[in-house]
Amino acid sequence: MLEIKNLHVDLEEEDKTILKGVDLTVEAGSVHAIMGPNGSGKSTLSYVLSGRDGYTVTEGSATLDGQDLLDMETEERAAAGLFLAFQYPVEIPGVGNMTFLRTAVNAQRKARGQDEISAADFLKLVRERAKALEIDADMLKRPVNVGFSGGEKKRNEILQMAVLEPKMCILDETDSGLDVDAMKLVANGVNSLRDAGRGFLVITHYQRLLDHIVPDVVHIMSEGRIIKSGGPELALEVEKNGYADLKAEVA
Amino acid sequence: MAAAPQAKADTAMQVGALRLPEGGAWITAAREEALARLRATGLPQRRDEYWKFTRPDSLTLAEAPRAALFEDADEPEMFGDMDRLRLVFVDGVFDPEASDPPEMAGVRIERLADVAGQDLHWARDLYGTLEARGQTPVPRPLAALNTALADDGVLIHVTGKASKPINLIYHHRSETSDAILHHLIKLDPGAELTVLENGPAAARFNKVIEVDVADEARFHHVRVQGRDHERRAATHVFARLGRESAFKSFTMTANGVMTRNECVVELTGDDASAHVAGAAMGDGDFHQDDTVFITHDAERCESRQVFKKVLRNGATGVFQGKILVKPGAQKTDGYQISQALLLDDDSQFLAKPELEIYADDVACSHGSTSGAIDEDALYYLRSRGIPRPIATDLLVLSFLAEAVEEIAEESLRDEITARFSGWLERRRG
Repeated sequence: MLEIKNLHVDLEEEDKTILKGVDLTVEAGSVHAIMGPNGSGKSTLSYVLSGRDGYTVTEGSATLDGQDLLDMETEERAAAGLFLAFQYPVEIPGVGNMTFLRTAVNAQRKARGQDEISAADFLKLVRERAKALEIDADMLKRPVNVGFSGGEKKRNEILQMAVLEPKMCILDETDSGLDVDAMKLVANGVNSLRDAGRGFLVITHYQRLLDHIVPDVVHIMSEGRIIKSGGPELALEVEKNGYADLKAEVA
Repeated sequence: MAAAPQAKADTAMQVGALRLPEGGAWITAAREEALARLRATGLPQRRDEYWKFTRPDSLTLAEAPRAALFEDADEPEMFGDMDRLRLVFVDGVFDPEASDPPEMAGVRIERLADVAGQDLHWARDLYGTLEARGQTPVPRPLAALNTALADDGVLIHVTGKASKPINLIYHHRSETSDAILHHLIKLDPGAELTVLENGPAAARFNKVIEVDVADEARFHHVRVQGRDHERRAATHVFARLGRESAFKSFTMTANGVMTRNECVVELTGDDASAHVAGAAMGDGDFHQDDTVFITHDAERCESRQVFKKVLRNGATGVFQGKILVKPGAQKTDGYQISQALLLDDDSQFLAKPELEIYADDVACSHGSTSGAIDEDALYYLRSRGIPRPIATDLLVLSFLAEAVEEIAEESLRDEITARFSGWLERRRG
């Protein structure tokens, strides 16, 4: 589904190379996790895949079901089925959460040549998905992320994912700032979306999220490369021994 | 400097040539006094500090510049869903045929042209009075000109709670119309009224509203200045607020080559509140100026000024806002914010926020900013599949929301937001 080959990326502002040849394939139906120390390039990878400004790809490729992601605008990537749950969701005063969601759903449907969703169907869909995430009517009415707690913001990200039904979901440190209860809610939301046609890439600093969202494959990223891949046990090993041992071992 | 004496001479000629309309004793006296005020100050000049950011030329020329007619037939009627009493003016002349019967419980409505010869005590006491008070410390010559020359307008005396809003509708039907309207509104103690205004009015429109809000009375004002781009307008609202009264005014401006809106509010009774807000959207040769002067002259009064402007393709926005706190106006709570969203490098926002405080126990704050679209927010919206132009428009509405939220009634807020959305959609094509 998601295929990244030899990806090299520079940060434009600082003229600095962040990713130094990332190779990664996420198959449909699987959950991959990326772990790594601060500054290893995990978040950069998520931004580059979703098309954030400020990064230059100097080498390599990234495709989603064979479509060249790097050649598309951010919104085209979304319509093609890519979704990024933000580490820091942005507050948008004056724009209601429902308006935002409906605009996004309809923009994606339009880009795919589908008709707009009816108001009734949309309302039904959102209510159903919101309920599972314990998002109440008030949160849906409020401006996007304004006055939301850290946990509410992350739940709102997962709600967007659940409503937009992307093929490939990237979660960028979705566990940061969450207490255990909120993490369980978020993990349940993600798990309920797991199916044979959908891929996940879960970026996290700590192993604890992976107790709730159990990955098929774990990758360790360091200094812009994936230095080791393995099963869920690799996450436990990191938790126990830290990244330093792993880096020494690979070196 | 060499040009100054000549400019002064031109003004003297223009003002000297003015002829007052026919009328009865009291209104003739009021007009003559206004004319004397105008003679003393002269018409506004480019070099006047108060007109530093807005060229007054097209507002003071002897003849109104032509303005092509514009029909906004592609939109539903403004305030059309509301139960309201409509009073219609065409190129500055009241049109009784197109208006609703001017009758409502708790409200008396008269036409200035009809009562100018009659002895209507409250109107005699109010006409030109608040305008004259508003001439210091800064002269407002176009308002004095209006008081001197206006021969039409409405006089609204509110004795109770008005059952529905009064909607003043201004049509523009002549390319050269030069309209002057002067409205008087008097709210008795405890009375309530909402006034809605919409429409471009004329090729050039000079309008004054004097509002006297007695103790515990409430006045709401929502105004939409038409999409008619070539029209010009110089408007003044003068308000005097009694004890525990409330004044709320919101203005939406979309399009217009020249708009100067002055709002002059005096808080004269304790515990009164005045909220003045505006949201403007302009493109190209748009020029829009909000000039606000709020005087606190009583204790524990609150005032708010919230102005937002979205400017593109070289459009210009101006804000001059002042809070004056007089000696003894203790526990004043004054707030002022003016912000512009510049959608390109050619547009400009000129702001002059001012505080002048002569009391020692007050809380006043002001802020003014201009900036571009927030790239992080734009990326966030686009990452959900919303194309850049639509995402930009959502952020524009988001930016204006703080001003629009100053409107108390939800249905009016929604209507204003819908108009802004429509404006943005039409530009998206």
